[in-house]
Amino acid sequence: MSMDLDGPVPFSGIEQDQPVATILCCNCGAPIDGTSATGALCPDCVKLTVDVSAGIPREGVLHTCKDCERWLQPPSSWITALPESKELLALCLRKLRGLNKVRVIDAGFIWTEPHSRRIKVKVTVQQEAFTNTIVQQTFEVEYVVATQQCPECLKSFSPHYWVASLQVRQKVPHKRTFLHLEQILLKHQAHRDCINIKEVKDGLDFYFAQRNHCEKMVEFLQSVAPTKTKKSQQLISHDEHTMNKTFKFTFSMELIPICKDDLVALPIKLAKSLGNIAPLTLCYRVGTSVNLLDPNTLQTADVPSAIYWRSPFKNLADVTELTEFIVMDIEPVGRNNGRFHLAEATVARASDMGSNDTTYFCRTHLGGVLHVGDSVLGYHLTGTVFNDPNFDAIEASSQYSSTIPDVVLVKKYYPRKKKSKSRNWRLKRMNREQEDDEGGRKQDQERQEADFEMFLRDVEEDQELRNTLALYKARNKPDNRMQGVEGGDAMEEDSESDDEAPKINMDELLDDFDELNMEDGE
Amino acid sequence: MEWNGKTDIVELHSVFEAELQDVIPICHASIAGTRIIGRLTVGNKNGLLVPTTTTDQELQHLRNTLPENVKIQRIEERLSALGNVICCNDHVALVHPDLERETEEIIADVLGVEVFRQTVADNVLTGSYMALSNQGGIVHPKTSVRDQDELSSLLQVPLVAGSVNRGSPVVGAGLVVNDWMAVTGLDTTATELSVIESVFRLGEMGPGGAGGAGTNKESIVESFY
Repeated sequence: MSMDLDGPVPFSGIEQDQPVATILCCNCGAPIDGTSATGALCPDCVKLTVDVSAGIPREGVLHTCKDCERWLQPPSSWITALPESKELLALCLRKLRGLNKVRVIDAGFIWTEPHSRRIKVKVTVQQEAFTNTIVQQTFEVEYVVATQQCPECLKSFSPHYWVASLQVRQKVPHKRTFLHLEQILLKHQAHRDCINIKEVKDGLDFYFAQRNHCEKMVEFLQSVAPTKTKKSQQLISHDEHTMNKTFKFTFSMELIPICKDDLVALPIKLAKSLGNIAPLTLCYRVGTSVNLLDPNTLQTADVPSAIYWRSPFKNLADVTELTEFIVMDIEPVGRNNGRFHLAEATVARASDMGSNDTTYFCRTHLGGVLHVGDSVLGYHLTGTVFNDPNFDAIEASSQYSSTIPDVVLVKKYYPRKKKSKSRNWRLKRMNREQEDDEGGRKQDQERQEADFEMFLRDVEEDQELRNTLALYKARNKPDNRMQGVEGGDAMEEDSESDDEAPKINMDELLDDFDELNMEDGE
Repeated sequence: MEWNGKTDIVELHSVFEAELQDVIPICHASIAGTRIIGRLTVGNKNGLLVPTTTTDQELQHLRNTLPENVKIQRIEERLSALGNVICCNDHVALVHPDLERETEEIIADVLGVEVFRQTVADNVLTGSYMALSNQGGIVHPKTSVRDQDELSSLLQVPLVAGSVNRGSPVVGAGLVVNDWMAVTGLDTTATELSVIESVFRLGEMGPGGAGGAGTNKESIVESFY
């Protein structure tokens, strides 16, 4: 059987239109078309010899904070980025220095085991190597994930995160002064540089990253409150060669422990020097100095803090000891001093009403606001034993012992319904840290709430005080529920308002734009 | 800078002297006070052309150095770097298209060549982009096959496109060649060297002259058997 073999078929070659090789590649000797080759190199040799990614580092370091798992974006911001997220890729690419000289075509992560603490990124770049020759190159960049604590976490772990601290103290049993100070600070944004605010017994601690921030705060407080400041510093480290030293500065600031509406018995000598004022006085205002008022004559006196600290004295009685009286009769004397109008009043204790007919006669500075039948708060001096050397001196003095009144009226009392706390305004609060295991106890919390309520009443009743603060419009009801804890004063709506407590005009209130923005975001 | 240039030239001279001392006399010369003689002058076995900037002393020195039968001519030409604008062997010259008519005639007279106004791969500097000997020639790497054929038919020598000094297209300036040897820059790759050797037929040269080597070699091979 013979195989029928096909004869050779002539292979008609396809018409060759491709360029003819005219030169040899100068590097490898491969025949190439010289008219299109660049630099007498074949494409393979161009790829081999030209490195468009030459200036780009192939290694990098990424810093991450172990605790909050954020990434350092140089120079100083920390961003949140999930593994293999586009934010992290952007961060990685931003780390590569020469990348702006080439065109980045593609970039992506190559999977790495998380515990290897390595991140690999594959980057494809293009660049014009010679005229009309664009070289595309793909390379890998390996990042080492290094750990570095972010300043926020550092703050929570290290005792050395602050450089200066300011300890503000007022040795009184209530917190009203600090509530007031807090509002003033908020209004002036003076606490902006604070890195931490801690609430401690009898006061607040402010912590600062820089000493001048602290000094700024000291100056601010000195401009709003009567203070005494002491500065101390602690040597933390010291370099013998350069004489560089690191200190921690602590400013101790004590506020005069006399508040508005306190009854004060001045030392007789001091009273004589202050315009011969009667030594038993009422504090009607505390600014940078303590302003005192003699309710019998409307004579006022200023005790600057320097003079006060020369011979410190305590208050005789504070607002917690106020007693409610009912005005039986009141007659203006005709003398006035600013908003004070001198009047002669006959009052009876509200608790005596219906049991006895004891009345007390006194002169008061509240002639302008009191009417017959009004409730008024005052200090009941008869039958009270004060343990105060200055008061004893007044009692012993032949000149002043006869001038001690039975009752010193302090302010009009506005009866409020127990639970009707519906206010059309609210105050902002600062974020602060409580001292350990304080505020956890129920009675402390109650006391704090009582102090805050008393402060809010003061704000309502005192126009002058209100002008120094920033009051905001209360949010409408659903927000109140949400913000109930934080707001402190945002309580359930109570439409009925038969109490005569003063109301704040809506015109005085500010719109809270920050909060509005937040609501939009949610 | 000046000193470095001088030392470079001295080194170059010493290389040439070491290679050629026994074969060719080497003399030092300058053109218009510069040492870039190869780019400023052009010549062959018949004559040497020097630019108009050459001083009388230099001209006299050249006259004294070169043999009697080699003509020397100073030419008034605006394109004074004659080595860049003229490329010639002993029979043909390719010149810059903008060269003056009189210069063209002088070239024909002094060098005893046929003169063609040509470009090499669209470059007017024929002397820079082309290296030529009586055996062959190398042209700019971007020269198309058609242009190579055309030039080759004018010159009557084989031509090839190539490069020197690792891909440099300036073959005329990167390479000095006569019928026996070529000297190239240090960066020239082996591939480039092999192209140059083959087109100028350098490896096969024997003392017998061009073409003689082939027969000699054959006879040697025969005698081995």
